[in-house]
Amino acid sequence: MGLELLNIFILLLLVATALAALRVRDLITAAAVFGVYSFLMCLLWAEMGAVDVAFTEATVGAGVSTVVLVATIFNLKRKSND
Amino acid sequence: MKWISLIPVFSVGALLLFAAKDFPEWGDPHSPASQSPVSSHFINNTGVDTEVPNMVTAVLADYRGFDTMFETVVVFIAGIAVLAILKGSGRRPRGRHRSYKLEAEPDLIVTYTVRLVVPVIQLFAFYVLAHGHVSPGGGFQGGVVMGASFILIALAWDLDHALVRMSLPRCMVIAAVGIIIYAGIGFLSMFMGGEFLDYAELERLLPVSREMARYYAILGVEIGVGFTVASIMFALYANLSSEGRLKGGL
Repeated sequence: MGLELLNIFILLLLVATALAALRVRDLITAAAVFGVYSFLMCLLWAEMGAVDVAFTEATVGAGVSTVVLVATIFNLKRKSND
Repeated sequence: MKWISLIPVFSVGALLLFAAKDFPEWGDPHSPASQSPVSSHFINNTGVDTEVPNMVTAVLADYRGFDTMFETVVVFIAGIAVLAILKGSGRRPRGRHRSYKLEAEPDLIVTYTVRLVVPVIQLFAFYVLAHGHVSPGGGFQGGVVMGASFILIALAWDLDHALVRMSLPRCMVIAAVGIIIYAGIGFLSMFMGGEFLDYAELERLLPVSREMARYYAILGVEIGVGFTVASIMFALYANLSSEGRLKGGL
């Protein structure tokens, strides 16, 4: 039951961060929110017992890809048009 | 227009949710994936065949080693593609960039923290790589952690500071060496009389049993993957953050 509640909590947060990443005007913020999304996914993987996948998600998804996104956005203009 | 585009979004979403209802329960022993002979074969034989406790690593680097080799090649090609597109494309300085480029000293607190943390990260990367057999981890994860430590140096100081330690030509050489290690182990087992990537044949070179030969060959293969992934991760960051100019901070 406890795990079920945790799952629902994480899934709700996932939806919230996904919507936030779409709505936010500043692209750097969107990249950061996307990192949070990846980390929540990592928690879900770990909780389901797929620890290898969780590890990859934490390093690649939440770590390096966020940095690469930020690095790219720094060379663009930061504000989203829509 | 925006509201019209919501219609396909919601209909496809509803369709996916409808399809998700047919999924088996999580952890259901009667689900098709659990009942297929392939998964029970791996569960029963991994320990016997390779003496690797972590089944994921054994499947990744041994049973489907051919796939993993070309996954590494894909990472390598991605790095080369970014290099080919970006290198030399941003040579001319543009006014827009100069306007918000700060010529400030690197922050003292940040650089000292990074100085303390980077050795720990790199040691952890080696640990993850070497312990891929017994705990979660392996070449990909260890390589990414290692590459991230160089990215951290580039973030705390600037790109030049990191490039002194890991120049781009060196990056590409290391990435290529990683793939050569992987393919080399494959060819070596071929010359020893087996098939490509049939590690068990390496027992003739190593003073160990056939199972332990596979165990050590998996480690060697993971080291190759780690080389490639670590250097390509840093090369990607170096090129993307500076538009291929390879100078200055973010």
